[in-house]
Amino acid sequence: MRKLAWLAVAAIAVIGAGAANAQQTPRKGGTLRMTAPYAASFGSLDPHVTPRAQDDIVGKALQRSLYNWDTAANKLTLELAKSVTASADGLTYTYKLRDDAFFHNGRKMTADDVIFSFTRIMDGSKGYPGARYVRLIKGAVDVEKGTAKEISGLKKIDDYTLEMTITDRVDPGYYFFGGSTAILPKEEVEKGNYASNPVGLGPFKFKEHIPGSRVSMERFDKFYKTGQPYLDKLEVLIMAEAAARDVAFRNKEIDTSILGPAQYVAYRADPQLSKGILEVAEMFTRSMHINLNSIKPFQDKRVRQAINYAIDSNLIISRLVKDKAYRATSWLPPSSAAFDKTMKPYPYDPEKAKKLLAEAGYPNGFEFEWTTSQNESWGLPIVEAVIPMLAKVGIKAKPKLVEVTVLTEILMKGDHQSLIASSLTGPDSLATLRCYYSKTPRTACNYTGFNNADFDKLLDDAAQEGDMAKRDEILKKANNLLYEEAPVWFFNYNKAVLAFQPWVHGLQPNPTEITHQYPENIWVDASSPAK
Amino acid sequence: MLLVLGRRLANVIPTLLAVVALVFLLFSVLPGSFISGMNEDGRSTIDPAVMERMRKEMGLDDPLVERFAKYVAATATGDLGTSFRTREPVTKMLAVRIWPSLKLVLAAMTFAILVGVTLGFLAALKPGSLIDTAAMVGAISGLSLSQFWFGLMLMYLFALKLQWLPSFGYGDGGLRNLILPAIALGVGPMALLARTTRAAVLDVLNADFVRTARSKGMSERRVVEWHVLRNALVLVITIVGLQFGSLMGQAVVVEKLFAWPGVGSLMVDSVFQRDMPTVQGCILMIVLFFLVINTLVDIAYVVIDPRIRYR
Repeated sequence: MRKLAWLAVAAIAVIGAGAANAQQTPRKGGTLRMTAPYAASFGSLDPHVTPRAQDDIVGKALQRSLYNWDTAANKLTLELAKSVTASADGLTYTYKLRDDAFFHNGRKMTADDVIFSFTRIMDGSKGYPGARYVRLIKGAVDVEKGTAKEISGLKKIDDYTLEMTITDRVDPGYYFFGGSTAILPKEEVEKGNYASNPVGLGPFKFKEHIPGSRVSMERFDKFYKTGQPYLDKLEVLIMAEAAARDVAFRNKEIDTSILGPAQYVAYRADPQLSKGILEVAEMFTRSMHINLNSIKPFQDKRVRQAINYAIDSNLIISRLVKDKAYRATSWLPPSSAAFDKTMKPYPYDPEKAKKLLAEAGYPNGFEFEWTTSQNESWGLPIVEAVIPMLAKVGIKAKPKLVEVTVLTEILMKGDHQSLIASSLTGPDSLATLRCYYSKTPRTACNYTGFNNADFDKLLDDAAQEGDMAKRDEILKKANNLLYEEAPVWFFNYNKAVLAFQPWVHGLQPNPTEITHQYPENIWVDASSPAK
Repeated sequence: MLLVLGRRLANVIPTLLAVVALVFLLFSVLPGSFISGMNEDGRSTIDPAVMERMRKEMGLDDPLVERFAKYVAATATGDLGTSFRTREPVTKMLAVRIWPSLKLVLAAMTFAILVGVTLGFLAALKPGSLIDTAAMVGAISGLSLSQFWFGLMLMYLFALKLQWLPSFGYGDGGLRNLILPAIALGVGPMALLARTTRAAVLDVLNADFVRTARSKGMSERRVVEWHVLRNALVLVITIVGLQFGSLMGQAVVVEKLFAWPGVGSLMVDSVFQRDMPTVQGCILMIVLFFLVINTLVDIAYVVIDPRIRYR
């Protein structure tokens, strides 16, 4: 009920923001000062090099990929192509590329640039993060292994027509909308200092980067969307400290800020600041991964369900996370097309948990180790709150503290009995659920070692299904089965909160990552103090 | 003078080697590897097979001693390696960070010396007076303050309430953006210098040669200028040198808080991402800075107190 109420509030907030924006004609000019809140520096301005969400904040302004995420429609949309046709077997896609997309150096983008970019990403000696997506294209793996120089599945028909053959019946949009598969100009990359002077297809062109401080950009007049961007200048300012960001925002030195739980409470309570809050249920699911191969009790579904019944997740979300999260009712997030809106979360029922434990042969409970980071929303504070709840039903959890950076490595090695983390769970539902497919290795993402024949069959059926609506129905069943099997403690979905100044318009509640704004849609009033 | 300089420089190389070896050892026992920097948000972004290949190409499978030897050999030629995170040469990354760091450290130290030495001196000249009490209360507070908290308070007061200065960032690299982080960083050394100067001046004021000078009828002003100040300075310079040298390392918190683009914030990010070559480069830079400042302090001793020359 609480979740539904929050979803409604979020929807109203978003709709409200949209309605307010719709009433006004975008103003041309001005400067927007966005913040990069996740680290004290950018990794790289070469989008192929970096896997970091923080770097993609700048990437959305400088670069463009084949697809992008249409926040208003909550779906993928073509970005660098005007149209695409798929073959009957769903494996060959023919793209009519834009003939009006210019790089910042003034040259028009052609099919050669797409081929160059994807081939570069598959350089196996570099380990570029986008390789996991481009690997979908036939022959890409051969380039990665060094046995071929060209990706056989990419064929240039003419300058603006590209044929792409893929190896799996999936929507390629899910693979080619992120910054790690951006299309770059060969001649600029080959100069050898691309990260210092990035040239892309985005609405803003690079002006200056002060490492550890900011990236400044200017409007690109030849951007292919007529009349856009509206802003003259865009600055992305690094501000990793939440308290400092708060002072700067209140002092009107920045136009957007990301809020943590404590600030979320303060901003909602403030009559002025509460008017500028954008919320969205991001595609991140916070959960405790249970390593099914670690200790015997975890192999029993009833034990895993008992853990879910024993924890009062709603209480933790309201008291500790300060309602800056939505209760998880499955692995897939609410924005997923395969999300079942009728699903109910595990209720807090310690008696039922005790009963299930007794049925599973553990009437006196058992002991396990719980690996955690210090993250305030899905780390040690949460684990400490859960420990007494589990103790009530006889389960003794021993926390093991590690740095957040090494969580994924621990998961990949299987060096854990259980581990609490925040996992990306969208937007591709099939790829997300494949993390529980028995043939998916632990090193890829099957961190729980889940192995269920019924689940595998559903995923096989979904992969074979060409009709996307029918595929989503199958995936919905798989997601529900996963919920029943409980290989994780389903904790919450992140509620991302972006604070914005009253003069800022056109912000998008992007569920893939709220800081990833398509800046060509944003404009500022004349009242903005930024010069 | 040359002997002092030569002796100091001879100590620099083994110190640097020891520090590099220590960091190597620490990183070999810490959980996580270069792969940590390539993963994010609970998803692995790199294929395990590619990961193994890169590990081999980077020589990360080699024994620790071998890797250390290779690193030392490369460092001797000025090559600090390539960052795992940005894929850029570490020397290039450091080059853009050094000037902002130096600027911050110099400004912080200038603030510390001007305020700290002046307060300490005034307090010592009138012990037990109101100015002495106020200065020492200020000094003890300054020593006890957390840089993070004090920095936030400065932001709150001078940016948010008084609107005099920007609260964060590098701006155009000018004084306006430098003042608040410099005060936040300099308050600790300032407090220490105030206490040290007071103690040193009081000590010298009670020395026999000062009594002799006074009994000869020398004016109090000349006594202070000619005898007290010069003799007290030796101890003050020791503290200045030690504080100055270690400030670049201490700047980590202030740089992150004020989004100041120095070596400290680069190091913090690199540690979290297990970007070993960059961490090594940053530490090398900080240690080198410390050693250079200490050598300069040794030279300053000789200039101020000629007796040191014969030791």
